[in-house]
Amino acid sequence: MADICTPFRLVGRSHVLFVLTPQPPITVWLGELDTWIQRSQGFFDGKPIVLDLSDVSLNKPEFIALIGDLKARNIPIIAVEGVDSELLDPELPPLMSSNRSSEVIEAAKAEPANALTVPQDVLPEPTSLVVDKPVRSGQSVVFANGDVTVLGSISSGAEVIAGGSIHIYGTLSGRAMAGVTGNAEARVICRKFNPELVCIDGTYSIIDDTTSHLVGLPVQAWLEQDQMHMRELA
Amino acid sequence: MGQVMVVTSGKGGVGKTTSTAALGAALAQTGQTVAMVDFDVGLRNLDLVMGAERRVVFDLINVIQGQAKLAQAMIRDKRLDTLFLLPASQTRDKDALTEDGVAKVMKELTANFDWVICDSPAGIGKGAVFAMQHADLAVVVTNPEISSVRDSDRIIGLLDAKTEKAKKGHDVEKYLLISRYDENRATSGDMLQIDDILEILSIPLLSVVPESQEVLRASNLGSPVTLCSPNSAPAAAYRDAARRLNGEVVALTIPKEKNRLFGRIFGRRAA
Repeated sequence: MADICTPFRLVGRSHVLFVLTPQPPITVWLGELDTWIQRSQGFFDGKPIVLDLSDVSLNKPEFIALIGDLKARNIPIIAVEGVDSELLDPELPPLMSSNRSSEVIEAAKAEPANALTVPQDVLPEPTSLVVDKPVRSGQSVVFANGDVTVLGSISSGAEVIAGGSIHIYGTLSGRAMAGVTGNAEARVICRKFNPELVCIDGTYSIIDDTTSHLVGLPVQAWLEQDQMHMRELA
Repeated sequence: MGQVMVVTSGKGGVGKTTSTAALGAALAQTGQTVAMVDFDVGLRNLDLVMGAERRVVFDLINVIQGQAKLAQAMIRDKRLDTLFLLPASQTRDKDALTEDGVAKVMKELTANFDWVICDSPAGIGKGAVFAMQHADLAVVVTNPEISSVRDSDRIIGLLDAKTEKAKKGHDVEKYLLISRYDENRATSGDMLQIDDILEILSIPLLSVVPESQEVLRASNLGSPVTLCSPNSAPAAAYRDAARRLNGEVVALTIPKEKNRLFGRIFGRRAA
């Protein structure tokens, strides 16, 4: 009898994850988080989240309480970083073991010449998403790995969330949230501007008296020193 | 095999039931067999609009639960031989609907009728999803105002996600029926214009039904407007819609009330 079996496979794979970085005092930070969740309901639902605790110092009960608080908000924490390994036990999320950014820095310090021999496959593949249908009210397109291009319109009550820029060839009547993975270079570009909300890397803007003249025009929005700028596309 | 058509909107009070009755009658007038199914369990209205409220013995839920045969529950219209109504139950709620039960009723109806028209309840709940589930095509009823348009947009998204056809990777044909349209108010900017609605919803336009007292009168008389006042503007709009659903190419005009012009002249004189 032929012995057919698939070999045991272990694959290294890199994912884009959202990282929450609590700030002291924790209660105030949780309050801000709640406000955010209220504005973007369902944003965290079921998404694996990493908790970066490097800005706060917590003892074990406080740490366990924080994990519980986040769980109560339906935010599943899959790993933590920036925390002493003594705080952790098998019941709690594990420490993020392969923090790439710190590894790279250490290697560069020790042997600067090695920087040139970084294998090419470490670079993440550029990806983008094209949506060829209108994004309708109540629909949410989430794409953390790059730019999103929408060929139709984003309707009132619909949202597109992208790690990179968002390009809309129709009307932007809903919400566009670009650069959500911390990309301040991301932009929102649309052919007809009438958004409910524009957000780039956490900076929000809505139509107000200073921007209402842009409604109906082709517009781009970008960040300059954490300030949202919007201008008609020339 | 008959075609299943859902009449839906998201928002309530925009004219789903009125349109179901008017389209059902217009299709039946061409000699095709039509079954209209009221999915608004607990808040049924189609029986009233069809003037059949005193003839309801068994309903959709009785059929689903096996207490009555489909043929026993179907009510034949007194004016049109080929038009039938399957009423909803008024004493139950949407939880009485089951996936298997609805699928079985739909299968039996499509085997016996040319058209099965499902009158959807308002909202995006269970009842609305059951009504659209087996649809081959959808008529999305919208009033020219922003809340109705946004709710329709939401419903179109659901049609692309929740119907059996969409789940198999096919497209449900979607058509827009604009009801309660008032040309004067649209031109003066009090109402959304047709082009604006079409741009937002981006589905083909089936017909534009003008705002008219005739529609209200027909509902109160318990007769579809296409039968009750066949010469009125709304009746013409629904008849055109039915012809387009049958694949005919009909030039799109917005029917107007015939006495409108005189009314306006006298109105101005009086003012």
